[in-house]
Amino acid sequence: MITNINVPPMITEKKLVELYHQMWLIRFFDEKVDEFFAKGLIHGTTHLCVGQEASAAGAIAVLEDRDKITSTHRGHGHCIAKGAEANRMMAELFGRVTGYCRGKGGSMHIADVDKGNLGANGIVGGGIPIAVGSALTSQMKKLGYVTMCFFGDGATNEGSFHEAVNMAAIWNLPVVFVCENNQYGMSGPVKDMVKVANIADRAAAYGIPGKVVDGNDIFAMMNVTHEAVERARRGEGPTLIEAKTYRWKGHSKSDAKKYRTRDEEMDWRNNRDPIERMKRVLISEGIVSEQEAAQLEADARQEIENAVKFAEESPMPPLEILEEDVYA
Amino acid sequence: MSTMRELTYLEAVRECMSQEMRVNEDVFIMGEDIGLYGGAFGVTRGMLEEFGKERVRNTPISEAAIAGAAVGAAMTGMRPIVELQFSDFITIATDQIVNQAAKNRYMFGGKGKVPLVLRTPSGSGTGAAAQHSQSLEAWMAHIPGLKVIQPSTAYDAKGLLKAAIDDDNPVIFYEHKLLYRTKGHVPEESYSLPIGKADIKRSGTDVTIVATAIMVHKALQAAVELEKDGISVEIIDPRTLVPLDIETIVESVKKTGRLVVVHEAVKRGGFGGEIASLIAESEAFDYLDAPIKRLGGKSVPIPYNPVLEKAAIPQELDIIQAVKETVFRR
Repeated sequence: MITNINVPPMITEKKLVELYHQMWLIRFFDEKVDEFFAKGLIHGTTHLCVGQEASAAGAIAVLEDRDKITSTHRGHGHCIAKGAEANRMMAELFGRVTGYCRGKGGSMHIADVDKGNLGANGIVGGGIPIAVGSALTSQMKKLGYVTMCFFGDGATNEGSFHEAVNMAAIWNLPVVFVCENNQYGMSGPVKDMVKVANIADRAAAYGIPGKVVDGNDIFAMMNVTHEAVERARRGEGPTLIEAKTYRWKGHSKSDAKKYRTRDEEMDWRNNRDPIERMKRVLISEGIVSEQEAAQLEADARQEIENAVKFAEESPMPPLEILEEDVYA
Repeated sequence: MSTMRELTYLEAVRECMSQEMRVNEDVFIMGEDIGLYGGAFGVTRGMLEEFGKERVRNTPISEAAIAGAAVGAAMTGMRPIVELQFSDFITIATDQIVNQAAKNRYMFGGKGKVPLVLRTPSGSGTGAAAQHSQSLEAWMAHIPGLKVIQPSTAYDAKGLLKAAIDDDNPVIFYEHKLLYRTKGHVPEESYSLPIGKADIKRSGTDVTIVATAIMVHKALQAAVELEKDGISVEIIDPRTLVPLDIETIVESVKKTGRLVVVHEAVKRGGFGGEIASLIAESEAFDYLDAPIKRLGGKSVPIPYNPVLEKAAIPQELDIIQAVKETVFRR
C-alpha cells in the first residue's frame, strides 16, 4: 500500500517500480547514444534528455494505452515511456532496417503510431497543431482518448504554439500541453526569450488552466498531469503544464555550452537528479530496498546493452527501400 | 435530363464535398469563414445548415493550426478537407504541409498516412493584388509526398476532388478564382477522375499546347483563332501536376512536333520548365521541329491596376503569337 506519498489512483507500487526502472532505461539509452556519437559510431545529430527523465516518465505514466502523444526533437524519453522498444529505437539511430522508421527517420523522427506515439518532430513547435488534430479526432468520433503534447520552452515562442493552444481552448479539445522547460532553447536562456515569469502564465491568454510543476519530481509530475488528463477526458478542455527541468547534456552533439556555467550544471546534477530523488522516496517508503534499486538500475543498463547488440547485428536497409513509402 | 445538367465550378466543388460528407462520417471541412459566411468565395454556402458546425468547422485565423490540426486529424482516422482562404496563405501553413504532412509516412518508415485535402483559390484577375493573387503550385509540386491538382473545368473539379478525398495522401487542390463562376456539364451522381491522367481538351495535329487551370480556357480561345489561319492545335490539360501524366504529352508532341507550355504562374522556376525538360529528355525530343516555348507570368508581384494585372500573365494573344512563332519557324 502506498501510504505516505500522494500519487494518482491508478499508480500502484508495481507501477512505481516500473517507472523507476523506466527512468534508468531512458538515461542509459541517451548516455549510450551520447557515447556512440562521441565515438563516431552513429551519424547525423541527436538531442538527449538526460536529466529530464521524470517529466517524460511521470506524465506518460497517467495515460491509458489508447491515449496518444506527440513528441519533440528531444524525444527518446517520451518514446520509451509510451512503450517503444529500446531495441528498435537503437536500431533506428544506427540506421538499420529493423529500426522504427526502417532507418529512414533517425533520432528526430521516431514514431510508433501503433502505440499512439504520433512522432518526434524536427521542427520546434511542429507537433503542437498535430496534437490538436489528434484531439479533434477523439472529440468528433467520441473515442475518449486524450492526446498529450510535449514541447520545450523554446517552442512556446513559435506561432504554432499560440495558434494551436487557442484552437484547442475554444473547442475544449482533449489535449494536455506539457512544456518541458529545460531552461534553454539551444543556447537561448528562457529568461532572455520569454518575458513572463512562468511559461504556464501564458495559459491565461487562452482561458485555460496553467500549472507550474517541478519536472524533476516524478510524483508531482504524475499528479499534475493526472488532473489535466482527467479534466480533458471529461470534455473540459486543455491544460498547459510547465515542467521545470534541466538537460544535463548540450543541445545537440556539437555544443560547447558557453551559455551556462559548470556550477549550474553540477547543481542540477547533484541536488535535483530526478532518478535519485525517486529512489530516495521508494526506499524510505519501503517500496524497494537499496539492493532492489541497484538491481533495477543494473537491469536497465543490461537492456540498453542488449539494444546496442540488436542494433549492431541488424541489417542495413536495402537500397530498394529508398523510394518506398513516399506515398501511401 | 440530369446528364445534361450544368453547374458552375464552384457548385461542382460544393456538390462533391456534400456528397462525400453524406456518405462518409470521417470527412469534414475546416477553414476560415466557411460556416455562416459560406467561405470567402461562397463555396461552402449552405453546408453549415446541412452538416452542422462540427463538420463544417469555422476556425480562427490560424493557418498553421488549421493545417496542423488537419494533419493530426488525418493521422488518427479522419479525412479532413481544409479550405485555405487564398492560396497565398500557404506561406503561413507551409511547415505543416511541407515538413509534416508530406513527410510523415516516409519519415516513420511507412507507418501511418495523412489523407487530407487542402483546397485553395489561386490566381489573379480579381484586383486583389500581390498577396491574394499568386499561383504557387510549383512550390508544392516540388515536395515529394504531396499530390497537386489543378482542375480547369467544373466536371474535372468534381471528379478530381472526389479522387482527392478518397486518396490516402495529402493533396493540394488548386481552384482558380476566375473559374468559380464558369459553367459546365456535371453529372449529378458521384464520380471520380483518376489523379495522374491528363485530358486532351482539344485534338489537333500542328502544335501541342500544354496549359493549366485558367490557361486551358485561354488556349481554347486561341485555338479557335489559330484554326482560322489553318493551324490545328492540340490542347492538353495535365489536370494533376503530381503525379504528372507525361505519356499523354509525349504522345501528342510525337504527333505534332511542336510544344508550347503555358501557365499563369511566374515563368521562372514554374512548372512549365519541368514539362519542357521532361519532353527534352523523352523520345519526343527527336520529333521536335521547333524549340519548345514556355509562356508564364512575368517576374513581378501581381499588380493592382487591372491593365497591369492583365499584362503580368499570358493572354490569348500571347498564346496565338507563341504558337505562330513555333509553327512558322524555319
